[in-house]
Amino acid sequence: MVETILPLVLNGAVVKRRGKRLIGPIDAEISRAGFTIVMGPNGSGKTTLLRLMHGLERLAEGAAVWQGTQIDVQKRQAYVFQNPIMLRRSVKENLAYPLLLRGAPKSTAAQTARDWAARIHLENALEQDATMLSGGEKQKLALARALIQKPDVLFLDEPCSNLDGRATREIEELLLETSRAGTRIVMATHDMGQARRLATEVMFMLHGNLHEFAPAEHFFTQPGTVQARAFLKGDIIE
Amino acid sequence: MSPKPGHGVRAGLVLAMSDIFEGLKAAFWLLVSLDRDLVEITLRSLQVTLSALVIASAIGLPFGTWLAIRRFRHRRTAIAVMNALMGLPPVVVGLIVYMLFSRSGPFGVLGLLFTPAAMIVAQVIIITPLIASIAHQSMRELWADYHDLLISLNTSRWQRIRTLLWDGRRALLTASLAGFGRAIGEVGAIMIVGGNIDHATRVLTTAIALETGKGDFALALGLGFVLIGLAIVVNLAIHRLSGTEREGRW
Repeated sequence: MVETILPLVLNGAVVKRRGKRLIGPIDAEISRAGFTIVMGPNGSGKTTLLRLMHGLERLAEGAAVWQGTQIDVQKRQAYVFQNPIMLRRSVKENLAYPLLLRGAPKSTAAQTARDWAARIHLENALEQDATMLSGGEKQKLALARALIQKPDVLFLDEPCSNLDGRATREIEELLLETSRAGTRIVMATHDMGQARRLATEVMFMLHGNLHEFAPAEHFFTQPGTVQARAFLKGDIIE
Repeated sequence: MSPKPGHGVRAGLVLAMSDIFEGLKAAFWLLVSLDRDLVEITLRSLQVTLSALVIASAIGLPFGTWLAIRRFRHRRTAIAVMNALMGLPPVVVGLIVYMLFSRSGPFGVLGLLFTPAAMIVAQVIIITPLIASIAHQSMRELWADYHDLLISLNTSRWQRIRTLLWDGRRALLTASLAGFGRAIGEVGAIMIVGGNIDHATRVLTTAIALETGKGDFALALGLGFVLIGLAIVVNLAIHRLSGTEREGRW
């Protein structure tokens, strides 16, 4: 088994749906360390890019090359969706689910689920139906369910888009902690403040193309293109 | 002197109410006296219907779920055929099963014609498409919710089916109960393959048909009320055992 499935190299990657190009061709490398923020206006292809990297979208052209075997690659990454998908089960069962899929003993999975529930302050809701949680709690649970798998790479699609300040802060703290622990994070967001707080590098998407891919400091101070400058200024770009 | 308008309708209504009342009375006495014949045919009805239900659910629920998650070339055709089979005429099913199990038929050697086993086979054929179709509808919606997550978690096809079956168990229970409702009230097919033989293949529905034929409407209605009561009791028992509606959301 390889040490890590990174780096991920995209070579002329294109995603099409019903013959229409959604994104690409994209050339990029997701290195072993860092916190990548994917930015861009609505419909620019942020979600499709994340789904492509995670393997939820099929490549029409080009290649996405990970390190290690196919099984390693599939097992050592996780994804948190914009609208958290809750299994119609209890909080504990939602957390334990990925572990049970991988053959963990029930008692180990249950104990790990309890530990994670405590980390996200849901220890008193262990037996509660997960679909009945608040938006913020659902998103924290979805994040914990992804992290419980100890992924090398974590993809997040606008995880804080519908959350208030407090819930956003809790999630950001968890993400920073995760990043410090060595998990590579690639996250799409609309929130400029959040991008500035978290990013070590920025992928700027526009019209399905990777318009700019630069270290965060460079992108926020000296964006390389007119469109990126306009986006950072808050102008409407079409 | 000609009768007033509506007089005939009113008289008919009074007669029907009287028959229904007599039926209720007959049902009450049949139950109170624990009539031996009634107990026997009720137990046989339950035995045949529940056996058919277990077999049909074991086939229909996983099949409906599999159809919800699997994409293949003639999937739409398969779904259309399955939905069409929901409306299978029981008499035709009975006739086909009769031919299959008759002495000259391919399964005649088994000697199952005019036994509860043949009745179970006929009921399985009738209710499996119904259960599979309702299961497919519910599982399709659940699969739409779960699709991305289960793909992301790299689940195998069998793990997906198991997850959907478990998380959609309440909807699947409804599918099974619909099958139970259809099977317990079925008469055409089991009359043909069972033969309505006293102490052998007589069940509540065929007994009702027999009593109606004999003109004993009160007893027929009484058996009918027992049948309705039985269906309600079984539904309530299954709901209670499965814990449905226990965790209120509102």
